[in-house]
Parts: sequence; structure tokens; C-alpha cells
Amino acid sequence: MAEGTPNFKVTIDNITIEVPAGTSILEAARKIGGDVTPPAMCYYSKLEGSGGKCRTCLVEVSKGSEKDPRPMPKLVASCRTGVMDGMEVKNITSPRVIEARKGVVEMLLINHPLDCPICDQAGECDLQDLSYEHGTEGTRFEFDKRVFEKEDIGDYIQLHMTRCILCYRCVYTADQLTGERQHGVLERGERSEISTYLGKSLHNDFIGNVIDVCPVGALTDKTFRFKQRVWFTKPVDAHRDCENPKCCGKVRLWMRGDEVFRVTARKDQWGEVEGWICNECRFHKKETKDWIIEGPSNVSRYSVISQGHYVNTVPQPKIIDKVIGKEPKLLLNIHDVSEVNRPEIELSEIPGPAHSDDFEKKDDKKLNN
Amino acid sequence: MKLLLEHAHVEGIRYYDAYRKHGGYRSVEKALKMSPDEITEEVKKSGLRGRGGAGFPTGMKWSFLAKPEGVPRHLVCNADESEPGTFKDRYLMEFIPHLLVEGLIVSSYALGSNLTFIYIRGEYAWIVDILEQAIAEAKSNGWLGKNIAGSGFDCEIYVQRGAGAYICGEETALLESLEGKRGNPRIKPPFPAVKGLWGRPTVVNNVETLAAVVPIINMGGEEYAKIGVGRSTGTKLMSACGNINKPGVYEIDMTISVEEFIFSDQYCGGIPKGKRLKACIPGGSSVPILPANLLLKTAKGETRYMNYESLSDGGFQTGSMLGSGGFIVFDEDQCVVRHTMSLAHFYMHESCGQCSPCREGTGWMYRILKNIEYGKGKMSDIELLWDIQGKIEGNTICPLGDAAAWPVAAAIRHFRDEFEWHVLNPEESQTRNYGLAHYADPVYVPAVS
Ligand SMILES: Cc1cc2nc3c(=O)[nH]c(=O)nc-3n(C[C@H](O)[C@H](O)[C@H](O)COP(=O)(O)O)c2cc1C
Ligand code: SF4
Ligand code: SF4
Ligand code: FES
Repeated sequence: MAEGTPNFKVTIDNITIEVPAGTSILEAARKIGGDVTPPAMCYYSKLEGSGGKCRTCLVEVSKGSEKDPRPMPKLVASCRTGVMDGMEVKNITSPRVIEARKGVVEMLLINHPLDCPICDQAGECDLQDLSYEHGTEGTRFEFDKRVFEKEDIGDYIQLHMTRCILCYRCVYTADQLTGERQHGVLERGERSEISTYLGKSLHNDFIGNVIDVCPVGALTDKTFRFKQRVWFTKPVDAHRDCENPKCCGKVRLWMRGDEVFRVTARKDQWGEVEGWICNECRFHKKETKDWIIEGPSNVSRYSVISQGHYVNTVPQPKIIDKVIGKEPKLLLNIHDVSEVNRPEIELSEIPGPAHSDDFEKKDDKKLNN
Repeated sequence: MKLLLEHAHVEGIRYYDAYRKHGGYRSVEKALKMSPDEITEEVKKSGLRGRGGAGFPTGMKWSFLAKPEGVPRHLVCNADESEPGTFKDRYLMEFIPHLLVEGLIVSSYALGSNLTFIYIRGEYAWIVDILEQAIAEAKSNGWLGKNIAGSGFDCEIYVQRGAGAYICGEETALLESLEGKRGNPRIKPPFPAVKGLWGRPTVVNNVETLAAVVPIINMGGEEYAKIGVGRSTGTKLMSACGNINKPGVYEIDMTISVEEFIFSDQYCGGIPKGKRLKACIPGGSSVPILPANLLLKTAKGETRYMNYESLSDGGFQTGSMLGSGGFIVFDEDQCVVRHTMSLAHFYMHESCGQCSPCREGTGWMYRILKNIEYGKGKMSDIELLWDIQGKIEGNTICPLGDAAAWPVAAAIRHFRDEFEWHVLNPEESQTRNYGLAHYADPVYVPAVS
């Protein structure tokens, strides 16, 4: 926030806040938090040039600014539209936005394999969360879905284009973090695909971060793939003194008992990494002795993974009563519809390793004593 | 009235000597004695509107160009011309290339562009040679290069070939491509006038727009504005194709009626084999198709004319757009469902794939249309198509999304019974066309003149 930047007043879903000039509508909404924050599948505050593509963050600008109060005729991408002084924005209070967003979610899903049960990203997938929250139940798409072969891009990363939503986050990450432009988009339209230059594998210290920025299961960690469902692992914050000066060294270990199954960057409540980590930390430090453990992570995202299994889950702030107008559809509580992930089980309180057995009824005895 | 193509058929006009003999480069001589702002002022007075499709006032666009101290500015000529039905720029560049070069020199001077580019559709390979020849001739005659005609103004023009993407006609995708990147449209703002080519202030204009600057400077903006009607000033190139006797490129004064354009011998020469007019896409594939009854007369029953205002009279409910001037005529034997399917295929193929509604929606619409066309459609598919186009329109980064949605919307809006007939008669629709139905023109009797 530069000295002397004027503050702009902006009202989003009837809640007014002041933000410095140059802030995007989405960032302003994130300051308010809760349901007035539009979902973002492509924007990533730490990646320059990201955003504008997925269109899930569309909002209605019902008043342009104090000076020019005319409404904007089209819905705008809140992640790439700057606030103006006196601007009024409607997100969940606009039926137009709700309708358009439903459309966008449907578009993102028509070619997406709806096989979350066999996808490694399940439980921590932004698209899964998005469709619970903003999607519709059935599909109206009656054609064959687009499929691609799985591809290994280097020793640690697998690309499964079939699941990609072309958010371009990995492209920006590879571009901006690794200094070598080897990773991009080939073809166009619905035939577009993420690929590496001449099918080369990607070798450099920071390429592992593409896994963390990927909102879906298109880029996954080969050292972790299918070893464990994420909701059976315990996230623990840890750090080490990494030799790599560009690595922040602050990570999240995904553990079962004393075993470290996976290392990722720490993510904030918007699903964005707090700091980038190097490949060494991510792929090669898989023992507890490599790390200084800080304690269980706060799983602050209101997502499928955070439903009931973790202590320290930060609840979604409830601000709905302040909002006049349409009530948003609340996130589906998975326990209302599924017996599988049992709410009474606090995963982080299970002493030893958690197994899928722990979630089966027959083991009730074991848990209750 | 011809301003652009007046000398297009003079022997040797493609070359400098003949072009110069017929008054070529007079506008440069005149312009270099004026100040750049005076030229912009003339263009404003002329009422010239962009000929690339959107019809934005050119003088106004030029006056938006940011002029920060010490930062180079650029003029880029959009010669990507890839819209189905549109082939007017090709004609102009192929037959009278010096007109474009002349317009580019005057416009570059007005905008302060020392480095000007022509971004040309890759498939127009032979025209690149024609343009480069004209540029070389202009240069050897002192109209390009350093200190043009002693004015102190330097200018070079380069031709850059595209690689076969319709989307690279969208001005920001064009700039990306010109910079050597993937042709993805940029997210606006910032607009090119502020941050364009290599982040520098840039004006992107269509070939015909820039060529029209020549007569504007020669005759003066006010005189130019007297041609035409209302806010449709000057002349317009129309590329006419489809079921007409005389397909080709016509320069029209925008006061003639649609009926005259289609049926008079001076223009399209009527419909072959005495067939009747069914429909028309008046401004390139992206604009709404109109059935004959709404094409020749507006919903209010007034005569429709070949200009910006009249063609869009009635909005999208009952009107269309002049667009880029690609005039496609359909006779009674044409199947609207089939044509809509083939346009949907085009947009699916040409979407850059950045934004989800366009990337996914265009392919979805095409597949549904294909089902309907091949007798596998359901009644609910028509509703679904309507819904999908509505979810694309207005929700995308660039207007290609709209351009993909509008033709589908217009086809359903005006020809719904034809879609329903395909669904209800899956077998019959494979063997014959629906025909004319109630869209028929009032049977046309040529006026005896
Ligand atoms: C998908 C798409 C394709 C376009 N193709 C062309 C084109 O081939 N030629 C052109 O002049 N303008 C094209 N345009 C319009 C340009 O973006 C731009 O508006 C135009 O070049 C401006 O010039 P004008 O003001 O002289 O019309 C296209 C726009 C879109 C959205
Ligand atoms: S692979 Fe993942 S990060 Fe990359 S574009 Fe696809 S969805 Fe986005
Ligand atoms: S509307 Fe289509 S062509 Fe335009 S940016 Fe989006 S995906 Fe690309
Ligand atoms: S988050 Fe704004 S368009 Fe994707």
C-alpha cells in the first residue's frame, strides 16, 4: 500500500469498506470475506497476469463510481476489475450473477470427468467445492467428454489434461518462478492443452509449485499419487532452514502417524500458497526428522476436506444476515448426505495412524473407548 | 459513388506510376503540411466509423491515444480479415495496394507512429508480396523512410503474416501475435490506446478504415461527411456472396436500400434461377441472420437501407448489424439449421480457449446443432441451445463469445419452426429442405427503369 494512495469506498452486497485505489473488486471482497467473496478458479494473487479466464468470479457493477454512477452493462470479472470510489457491486445479491455463475460452473464441468472418487485431488479440489456451492445437480451434456492420455512431465509430476480447466496458473507459475519458458498451452479452443516444450520433462528447483497452484487434479505429485486419500492424513505445519534462498521453507506435512506422506506449501483461506517451496523440500524431505514441527494446521478453508474431521477448523464467518436480498445456497454439508465420512470422528484426535477402517461402523467400539 | 475503388480497374494501378498518375499520394503531400492534430480533427469531422466490424468512430479512437513523453507509439493495420463472408480488404489490398500504403502514411503521421505494421491473414500469402512491392515503391519514391518529403517525419511500414487464426483479428490477440506470442486476447482495460504493442500506446484500425483516410484528407472531412446518411458517412465496401447472380465486392454509398443492393443489376443482380429470397446475414458471420421479410423492411414496415443505423433498427429482436460488410444471401433452398451448424463449427474451431464459457460452450452448441441437423435432435435441445448461447453472450473476455452466440440466437429467434421441423421429421429432414415458409420476400418484381 503505497504512501499517498487514496482510499476508495466500495459497497459489495450492501457491505461498505474502504480499500486503496488499485484494488480489484475480488480483493476488496476478500477483505470482507465470507459469502460476498466471489469464487476464483484462475486468479492467483501471487501470479502476475493471472485471472480473467475462468469467469466464475463474475459480478454485477450496479453503480460505476460516485463520479460516473452508470451501471456497467455486462457482468465483469471481479478479479481483473479495479474498484472505483463509490462503486456498488452485487455478487450474491444479483440473480444475474447467480445465473451466470451457474452457467460457468456447468461449462467447466461438461468436459470434466465426474469421477472424483478415483481422482487424487478429491477432497481438496477447488472445482469440487465450486460445484457443490454454485452448481446444479444434473448435467445437460449428452456427448462424449474430451479425454487425453496421462503424461509424465519429469520425475515428480504427472499431468492429466483430461481434468484440466485451463486456468493457466501453472503456465504463469512455470514462467514466473522458474525463469525458463518450457511449459505452456498448445492448440486452441476446446482442443487446447497444457504441455511442455517438445514434450520435455520439467527440471528446475521450483517446478513442484505447479502442483499446488493447480485447482484440480490435473497436476499431481507422483511421490504421493494414490498413496493416501487426503482426508485420511493429518496436516501439520512445519519448517526447516532450506538452503535454497528462494524457498520459504514453511510447509505443510500431510502425515499418517509418524509417516510423512506428502509435503506441500501452506495454503491460506483462499486456497493460495503462502510462500513458494523448492523441489528439495517437497519431494525429498519426507521424514519427520527433516522438519521442525509447529503443530496441527488450521484448515481454514470451508471445503470438503475441512468438514468435521479436524480440530482448529476455522468456520466460515456468517454475514448473511447483513445481506439484504437473495440468500446464497450454502455449502452442502457432506454429513447430511453421506454416512462415509463420519462427523463424530475427529481425525486429528486419533492417536495413531488413521485408516479407512476407522471410518467403518464395525470399528465403533475401538473409537468409543 | 466511388471513393476507394474509383481507379481499382485502371491498367497497372497496382504499381506506383499509374497510381501516382491518378492522383496517388496527394493526401500525403497535403497532410504533411498540416499538423497531426488537424488531421485527427478532419477524421473526426468526416464521421468515419471503423470498418472492421464494431463501427467505432475513428477520429474519437485516435484522440484517445495516450501520448506520454518519450514513449514510441504505433499504428497497426488489421488485415486479418477472417470472418466468414468478408473479403473486402483482400480486394482493396490486392488491386489497389498503394491506397492502403498512402492511408497508412497519413495516419501514421497523424498518430506519431514511426513504426507501423500491417498484420495480414496468413492465407493471403500472395498479397504480402503485393503489399511489400507497394511499400518498396513508396519508399523509393520518398514517401516512406527518413524525413518524408522534407517534413522531418520518419516512417517505416512492415507486413507481418498471421498463422491462420481468426481470433488474431481481435485487436489485442493481434497485438499478442505481433509480439510473437500465442494469440490470446488480452483482458481490457488497459486498452491498446494506452498499452498496446510492447506496452506502448497503439491504434489498431481496419484496412478499409485506413484507406478511407485518403479521400477524407483529399476532400476534407466535412465534404466526406456529406456522403451517406446520418451517422453512416462516406462509402462502404460490401463483399456480397451466397445465392446472388453477381457475387463480388461493391463500394456503396450508404443511402441505397437493401432491396436495391440485392436485386439491382448494378450490385448483386438478384437471385439465380428465379429463386426467392429466404434470409440474409448482412454483415459477416457474427451478426444476426434476418429472414427476408425483416431484411427488406423493418418491423415498423419501413424500407431497410444499407447503413449502420437502418440495419440495426429493431435491435437484435428484429434487426441485425452492418458489421464488417460480409453480405451473405440465402435463397429458398437453403437450410438454416445446416448453416447455423456450420457457423457453430467455425466458432468452436476458432475460439482461443481462454475463457470457459466460450471454450466449452461453442463446442457444446455445435454438437447439439449437429444432432438436430442429422435427425437426432430433441425438442428440448432447442431450449438448451437458447440457454447455452445466453450463458456465453456477454460473459467472455473478447467479443468472439458474443459472435458465437448471436448467430445461434438469431437462427432460433427467427427460424424456430425450421428447427422444430427437423426434430419432428428426422427422416424427411435428411432428404429435403424446409423451404421458404412464411419468411418469404414479397415476390420481387424488378422496377423497369
Ligand atoms: C474475433 C474477432 C475477429 C476480428 N477480426 C477482425 C478482422 O479480421 N479485421 C478487422 O479489421 N477487425 C477485426 N475485428 C475487430 C477488431 O478487434 C477491431 O475492432 C478493429 O480492427 C478496429 O478497427 P476499426 O476501428 O477500424 O474497425 C475482430 C474482432 C473480433 C472479436
Ligand atoms: S493443469 Fe491445472 S494449473 Fe495448469 S491450467 Fe490446467 S487446471 Fe490450471
Ligand atoms: S471469448 Fe473465446 S476467443 Fe475470446 S478470449 Fe474467450 S475463449 Fe478466447
Ligand atoms: S477468477 Fe476471475 S475470471 Fe477466473
